[in-house]
Amino acid sequence: MPTGTLLCESLTKVYDDSKGKKALDSVSFEVPSHGIFSLIGMNGAGKTTLVRILATQLAPTAGRATINGLDVMSDAKKIREHIACIPQEARTIPWMTPKQTVLSYLLWRGVGYSEAGRRATEALAEIGLEAQVNLLNRRLSGGTKRKALVATVLSSDAEIIFLDEPTTGLDPISRQELWTSLARLAEHRFLILTTHYLEEAERLANFIGVLHHGKLVGLGTLDQLRSTLKYQYSLMVTSDAELPVVREGIVTRARTGQTQILTDESEAYEISKLLLEKGVKFSMSKVSLEDIFFHLVHRTGEAGPE
Amino acid sequence: MRAWGREVLASVLVNSIYEMKNYPVVLLNTVLSPLSFLIVITFVSRGQLIGEAIEGGFIMSMFQSGMSLQGDLSHLKNDFKLQDMVVSSPTTPSAYVAGMALGEIIYSIPALAVLTVLAAIYIQPGTVETLELLGVFLLMFLGSVAMGFTLSTFSSDIVQSFAFSRLISTVFATLPPVYYPITYIPLPFRYAAYLSPTTYAGEIAQSSTGLIQLPATDIFSAWTILLAVTLALFLIAVRKSRWRDV
Repeated sequence: MPTGTLLCESLTKVYDDSKGKKALDSVSFEVPSHGIFSLIGMNGAGKTTLVRILATQLAPTAGRATINGLDVMSDAKKIREHIACIPQEARTIPWMTPKQTVLSYLLWRGVGYSEAGRRATEALAEIGLEAQVNLLNRRLSGGTKRKALVATVLSSDAEIIFLDEPTTGLDPISRQELWTSLARLAEHRFLILTTHYLEEAERLANFIGVLHHGKLVGLGTLDQLRSTLKYQYSLMVTSDAELPVVREGIVTRARTGQTQILTDESEAYEISKLLLEKGVKFSMSKVSLEDIFFHLVHRTGEAGPE
Repeated sequence: MRAWGREVLASVLVNSIYEMKNYPVVLLNTVLSPLSFLIVITFVSRGQLIGEAIEGGFIMSMFQSGMSLQGDLSHLKNDFKLQDMVVSSPTTPSAYVAGMALGEIIYSIPALAVLTVLAAIYIQPGTVETLELLGVFLLMFLGSVAMGFTLSTFSSDIVQSFAFSRLISTVFATLPPVYYPITYIPLPFRYAAYLSPTTYAGEIAQSSTGLIQLPATDIFSAWTILLAVTLALFLIAVRKSRWRDV
């Protein structure tokens, strides 16, 4: 499948039982179909709906979407030869082993039995499950089950992979290992990744889309999204510290409980100098995806849980 | 064609072989379910209805295999999101369902083996009768598979789905006269029994092995109705079932 773009034009979804509420509201965007495109948003923002439409599992109510020029509705059969998907609530089947899980998935993709067995063993080893290959899934921890599922798409030849919250339930070390695998995978394939972990999107994604109440409220590279904010730098200071006068930026209370100063580059350096002279402990960085996310979500209305 | 075969194999492995291999205890249920009625009917009739009961056991096994498909597909779709993973792959719905249905038959092999031995001892059908019986059982299976698949694609709740599967099995395979002749049912209720395709399957099976006597026109109309119902269920499955959600 030649690379190109992932294009959505006025994509809208209204579920039959939703009393007219739009799960996706005229979403339009175009991103290159390589590397990692991450979708972030609160619960109910429309991430899974968008992924299910793009992965040919769900029909949109209106609008269209194409992947490398192929329409997700009319060219679904062709698209399905090139995609693989781990749905958000996918679970391993308890009466199967991780090897049987991957092997059967590869058979569904048309791979021969012996080849499927070999590739299953390799994929499970790559994701660190050599010792659990032949254990029943019901005996595995939640994170290990999740890894076994991710191994199914890793083992496939699919050039476009949809991962709906793949690292949910993983411990920090397993998550780091999976990030390494995903980054390696994205060298040759296009990954569409939804996540609640903003750090994950920040670290892995080439492009980030922010969904809120079914609308796309932000799209771009991390730097492009950062440029939507007035201030590009963040200083975090303990809440009881005496602060110097902030002329350009704003002072706010961070979600960690610390005091956060958002400002431009020159003032950030001035303030940091003053804080150093006073011996106040602080950290300085470019604004994070978390800052951007909260800015975008607040800008478009209430940010509380739906 | 080779890829289609692999897709079918995947469904068979997931829906029967792996479960039978890793949880052998589940086989007991598949053996006991159709045999329990057979035993009751045989004892109550003091052995008079053992032939009808064996044939009823076959019909119930085949029908239940198809209806179990509904519960199993719903379970795999809603609880494991397996169907979503398969939809986003080159697998065709026909390969997925054919393999899953074949898996249900494999699951029923222990019960079918016991029934085959009993049929060889107590019914002793000839070649033509055997072919006739196989035809009836196959139609029963295909019809219930089509019904099961269609219902599973609409299901979004596994508890409701299993309850529905049991209800349909009871209505179509337990209440109608498949374990005994229809003449045992009081006349007004016979009309209701004829609403179920399993009644026609029972009549054809019982008549072919000489357990009941029916005019040729009745046998012909029973075959016609059974074929028409199976065809209709298949058409509904093709037209109304959903591979992609809406």
